[in-house]
Amino acid sequence: MIIIISAQEPNLEGAINERFGRCPFLIKIDTSNNQWEPFQNPGISQSGGAGVAAAQFVIDQKVNAVISGDFGPHAANALRASAIEMRLFSDNISTVQQALDAYKQESLLAFGQD
Amino acid sequence: MRIAIASGKGGTGKTTIATSLALSLASQYETWYLDCDVEAPNGHLFLHPNFTDQVPAVIKIPQIQSDLCTLCGKCVDVCQFHALANIVKSIMVFPQLCHGCGSCTLNCPQQAIQEVDAPIGKLESGIAMAGIHFQHGMLSISEPMPTPVIRQLKRRVNPGKNVVVILDSPPGASCSVVETLRGVDYVLLVTEPTPFGIHDLYQMLGIVHDMNIPAGMIINRDGIGEKSMQSQFAEIPLPVLLRVPFDRKIASGIAAGKTLIEIDPKYQQVFSNLYQQIVNQLKVGNIC
Repeated sequence: MIIIISAQEPNLEGAINERFGRCPFLIKIDTSNNQWEPFQNPGISQSGGAGVAAAQFVIDQKVNAVISGDFGPHAANALRASAIEMRLFSDNISTVQQALDAYKQESLLAFGQD
Repeated sequence: MRIAIASGKGGTGKTTIATSLALSLASQYETWYLDCDVEAPNGHLFLHPNFTDQVPAVIKIPQIQSDLCTLCGKCVDVCQFHALANIVKSIMVFPQLCHGCGSCTLNCPQQAIQEVDAPIGKLESGIAMAGIHFQHGMLSISEPMPTPVIRQLKRRVNPGKNVVVILDSPPGASCSVVETLRGVDYVLLVTEPTPFGIHDLYQMLGIVHDMNIPAGMIINRDGIGEKSMQSQFAEIPLPVLLRVPFDRKIASGIAAGKTLIEIDPKYQQVFSNLYQQIVNQLKVGNIC
């Protein structure tokens, strides 16, 4: 299973970032072997269409799920059409590692179902 | 002659100046008035056009023909606005992000993209006070992209010799202002003696400098603000063509939908002179 989490810093112990399109880093994690890699979010420097740029990156990485604070309508449409699962941070989560653990425990709400 | 009236800060008096300038010239020249503030046009409130023509304003949105598309992703790569996404099974189009530039269509190796007109507003025209040829654009509510409407509005005028086109610009210092200014001969920058007015005036100075358009200043509501404001105006390398005083009579007249010339007939001559100053400045060469 490959997932991407929106983050403030390029590591697992760093803070999460609530904004999908404008977060500084997208951290890609392979849950089968716990390998991870940080990427700069291509959306952050765009004057417009940041959500779509970030979504395109996520789609190109062939991930199964993406976790963030929220998803804008454009990004959500692209991710949904690509059958990528969207999950939301819960209030008690502050680091990428916590988000990953919560995802594994299936305690994160699905986007668009609250 | 195409003259744009811009300001940076909103509410400095662009329309006040633009409508009276157009009125003062209408008896001498064929005069066109283009209200390019398509998100909130208000020139019609002063010049009272009788609209006789209305056409939709459109943006060209790509439509992917899935039978021809090989999902190569070239269109996604060339789109500067991220209006397209390759969602593996197909290409998804986001019309609200599209600027209608046509890059995707041009670059598609399969010619799998057709452009379809999507209405985003309307253009209206008619004859206004003093025979002014009046045109304005109106962006539909919830549509985010004013520039295509401005572009189409400007295309509807084909000025011959001895024609004056007055373009009332939107406020701000972004794309819609640049679109308005493109191709004009002169920019009148309307400002006011406040820190906000001067701050945004400097943003406009950057734009007219980059676009290499000659410009001059009009100081509206002259008399308000601190004295230091006046010395700041003195540092700006543009001629001050006119000062309009802060005056209750003017304010109440504008609020009642009157132009400066109707409020005080002396402005007929003031604006004729202003136009002559612009013509002279252009003869001497660029001061910008």
